[in-house]
Amino acid sequence: MSNLSTTDRKIDSDILISFQGVNKWFDHFQALKDINLSVKQGERVVVCGPSGSGKSTMIRCVNQLENHQQGTIHVCGREVYGNMKQLEQVRREVGMVFQSFNLFPHMSILQNVTLAPMRNSKISPAEAREIAMHYLERVQIADQADKFPNQLSGGQQQRVAIARALAMKPRVMLFDEPTSALDPEMINEVLDVMGELASDGMTMMVVTHEMGFARKVADRVVFMDEGRIEENCSKEDFFTGGRGERAEAFLSKILQH
Amino acid sequence: MTKPPLKTRRKLTIVDYICFGLVGAIIAYAIYRVSDVLVYNWNWSRVFNFVLYYDEESSSYVPNLLLLGIATTLRLAFWATIVAATIGLIMGYMRTSKNLAMRMISRCYVELVRNIPPVVFIFIFYFFLSGQLMPVIGLDDLDKNGTFVSSGIFYILFGDPKLFSNFVAGALCLALFEGAYITEIVRAGIQSIQKGQWEAARAVGLSRLNVLRDIIFPQAIRKILPPLAGQFITLIKDSAIVSLISIQELTFLATEVASTTTKVFETWIIVGAMYFILCYSFAATFSHLEKRALRARR
Repeated sequence: MSNLSTTDRKIDSDILISFQGVNKWFDHFQALKDINLSVKQGERVVVCGPSGSGKSTMIRCVNQLENHQQGTIHVCGREVYGNMKQLEQVRREVGMVFQSFNLFPHMSILQNVTLAPMRNSKISPAEAREIAMHYLERVQIADQADKFPNQLSGGQQQRVAIARALAMKPRVMLFDEPTSALDPEMINEVLDVMGELASDGMTMMVVTHEMGFARKVADRVVFMDEGRIEENCSKEDFFTGGRGERAEAFLSKILQH
Repeated sequence: MTKPPLKTRRKLTIVDYICFGLVGAIIAYAIYRVSDVLVYNWNWSRVFNFVLYYDEESSSYVPNLLLLGIATTLRLAFWATIVAATIGLIMGYMRTSKNLAMRMISRCYVELVRNIPPVVFIFIFYFFLSGQLMPVIGLDDLDKNGTFVSSGIFYILFGDPKLFSNFVAGALCLALFEGAYITEIVRAGIQSIQKGQWEAARAVGLSRLNVLRDIIFPQAIRKILPPLAGQFITLIKDSAIVSLISIQELTFLATEVASTTTKVFETWIIVGAMYFILCYSFAATFSHLEKRALRARR
């Protein structure tokens, strides 16, 4: 059993996420159409596209917050589907940051970050605290550790959410529009933290409209429209004109101002 | 620093005085009718004797039937609330479950209870419980002279040991009945938790049990405590219906007092006042606690 999984991993050692022919429907609406995509270790992939194009749905399929109905998704060499125990295992290797932060409002900042390590890897509270403080320092918010989420600004909350995801020491980080719910003056503090994370070599999949961030940080840009991946190319190609009509139209709309 | 403007004092207007006057007039008329037209010989002290009576032998006041009745009512409410909350927590979670069978079972339970008159429900369950369940559990053969059973603690918790199986049946009937309402409160509480909380908890890899224990229930319970407290008060009032299956609580004993003394009005007015004082003081306490909790959270 363990032998099998290690060999599995070796084969795909540098591919952490792969989608093969994935389809997903919400009732009769097809949200994802024949998605094929792979993300290598250390790669930063930015996913963009108009709203309703399926980019959030796609990223949420990685840790199965949404279930796909056809095709296969592998994360860190394991297929994600059904089996709860295996799914929990996958989710511990995949950190996720949400648009609306989703911190646990009844817990202090520190408790928010220590919860998962304590519950999942059965480490002592002191050890969990140490890990948590390390990551809170990394997102520069350690001095607020004893406050509660509603006492922090949106930007601070999102940074805590990043620390909470990192505390599980994930191999991949997923960001689902991490700056869309933020006031403009707070967007940069979050993007800076994400940029640092990228420069430390974290594998990242980011759904965002922040094209400046994509230019600076991404290795690859995926453009989606109507549930399909329309473009999947290097950042250079995407921003220097190697893009199709729809991507062109989208970019001209969001870069107008 | 500028000070906030002073609150303007609320003044009574003419409309208020007219309303007060009307209510006063209605009460005065009722008193006039009762004292003048209705030929009735009021005698409060006889009924008061059934609340407290003066024992010549020990020369002290001793609680009598009605006060003992309200103690039983409180015990009933206490135990029924605990059992009902347990039922409600489990059934309420099942109501929100993904599993169809679980949802169907809990839905049937809730609809069954809500669409049958409480009295009928209690009759059905009482005869089932006392006829089938009690002998199986063996409560009828409870050793009345056991050290725990004959102790004071047992009396405080469950009342007279001789009436124990009767008391348990009444408490269970009430609990099954109120459990359906608590189920709906719990369901609403769980459903009021944002989807994002479930997602965030799952995304960090918490197991299903930990998601509920660490994230969902703590938040849901904070939200449902006020309606739960309200349901406890409702339960105190609803407990009057178990008098129909001869549980010796306040209403049951009041019918006895009323028939032995023939002082019907006095008895029921006093009993009404007792229920009112009990329920209102609980309501006031709960709303005080709620306000304090709100302030503390800020």
